[in-house]
Amino acid sequence: MADNSASLLDRSRTVAGPGYNRWLVPPAALAIHLAIGQAYAFSVFKKPMGALISGNVDAPAPDDWTAGQLAVIFSIAIVLLGLSAAVFGKWLERVGPRKAMMASALCFGGGFLIASLGVHLHQIWLVYFGYGFVGGCGLGIGYISPVSTLIKWFPDRPGVATGMAIMGFGGGAMIGSPLAVALMAQFKDMAPMGVAPTFIVMGLIYLAFMMFGVFTIRVPAEGWKPEGYVAPVTSSALITTANVDADNAIKTPQFWLLWVVLCMNVTAGIGVLESASPLIQESFSDAAMGAGRGVTAAAAAGFVGLLSLFNLLGRFFWSSASDKLGRKPTYMIYFGLGIALYALVPTLAASASLTLFVVVCCVIMSMYGGGFATIPAYLRDMFGTMQVGAIHGRLLTAWSTAGILGPLLVNYLRDNQKAKGLTGAAAYESVFYTMAGVLVVGFIANILVTAVSERYHVKKAAAAPAGA
Amino acid sequence: MNPQPNSHPSNSEEPSSAMSVALAWLFVGVPLAWGVSQTFIKALALFN
Repeated sequence: MADNSASLLDRSRTVAGPGYNRWLVPPAALAIHLAIGQAYAFSVFKKPMGALISGNVDAPAPDDWTAGQLAVIFSIAIVLLGLSAAVFGKWLERVGPRKAMMASALCFGGGFLIASLGVHLHQIWLVYFGYGFVGGCGLGIGYISPVSTLIKWFPDRPGVATGMAIMGFGGGAMIGSPLAVALMAQFKDMAPMGVAPTFIVMGLIYLAFMMFGVFTIRVPAEGWKPEGYVAPVTSSALITTANVDADNAIKTPQFWLLWVVLCMNVTAGIGVLESASPLIQESFSDAAMGAGRGVTAAAAAGFVGLLSLFNLLGRFFWSSASDKLGRKPTYMIYFGLGIALYALVPTLAASASLTLFVVVCCVIMSMYGGGFATIPAYLRDMFGTMQVGAIHGRLLTAWSTAGILGPLLVNYLRDNQKAKGLTGAAAYESVFYTMAGVLVVGFIANILVTAVSERYHVKKAAAAPAGA
Repeated sequence: MNPQPNSHPSNSEEPSSAMSVALAWLFVGVPLAWGVSQTFIKALALFN
């Protein structure tokens, strides 16, 4: 029994037969990304988890967990996302997507269950270990597990394929947040704030949901290609037909330039995400807009929701567009247009142009999401398909870095300006101008990207076994 | 859809039907649509 179960997960058991429809692969990938995308909705637990003893979110008890202690949970998860993606990327390429997805599902679902015990016992370290460490490993392995497979199934439109999956990560927060709120309301009489049972139910729901992906995913047979597809011989110097393995990829300047590209794009996006709600409330207050016309807390929450929608849509739109535009020009747009728009935000906020402010922020967020979704196809163009999942995993350390440094930088700049007595839009000027500067660094890094030297290429005979 | 134990899937698997593709998309599309609709409703507060 155990042997049969294990073999079902093997790469050799996931090779698609003739007639397998490749459009089954994106839903399999989405099942994983929609689940793990819940991580970005973790903030919904912050207030309830900070009031497990007092039972009142507005009056925490001295022994209740502080906001600082709770913020560490997400930080651990995001660091482990990058680390596990980097460490397990080559393992994923060897064992195939199904086993990796199974590992991700067990870690992510199991992480919730361990964290539930931590909440029940009021032991924060157990929550750190469960949701942060174990769940974070699930995030990293799950994030990269379908990417390489999708690129191999859709050589004719890799941007569309990876855009669909990574769009799921954006959508995961949209499902996870209202689901958690509904479950906590349901269980509020059963346990303090209903958090522990909510963790159990969510862990089981996500585990079951991810199983759909685990058993639907297939890898294409050796030499498979879409009907009528002819691989371009050399349409662009930046699209290779060769392969570079993960160990060699990190020795190339191109890998580190793309690392900077991703890190800068994410850091700048975090600048908007961290500032969006307070900025819109402070800049478009009743004092600025007229009595009763200012942006309320509820409207600001709506603004954050709108940004999430554009983050989601941008992942699919820009990644798909990159198939036509080319990866390098697409990132030129992210950075070039981004620099102009980030620099414009403080002016729009100061001039009380609410509509333009919202439009500009939405475009910025679409490019933030697009940056995440386009990078796998960029890596495929530069390093080939052979170990693109492993290379992508190593590149995700850029996300972890930005995920930790970005909020620190943004909060430092904002607090520094407020300490000087600046209020409203003026308090955020340095944030947005600094983020525009961050994008300049990304722009330069992207300009410097050139074709990978042939000396890093894997010889054709060695590349063959890793196909599919 | 899943391969039979002890047989190679590339030889034993049935071709995917349009129905199975549609069901797969529904399985992930429905929760995604629910999440997007919840977010959209929340976002409407900005325009009120």
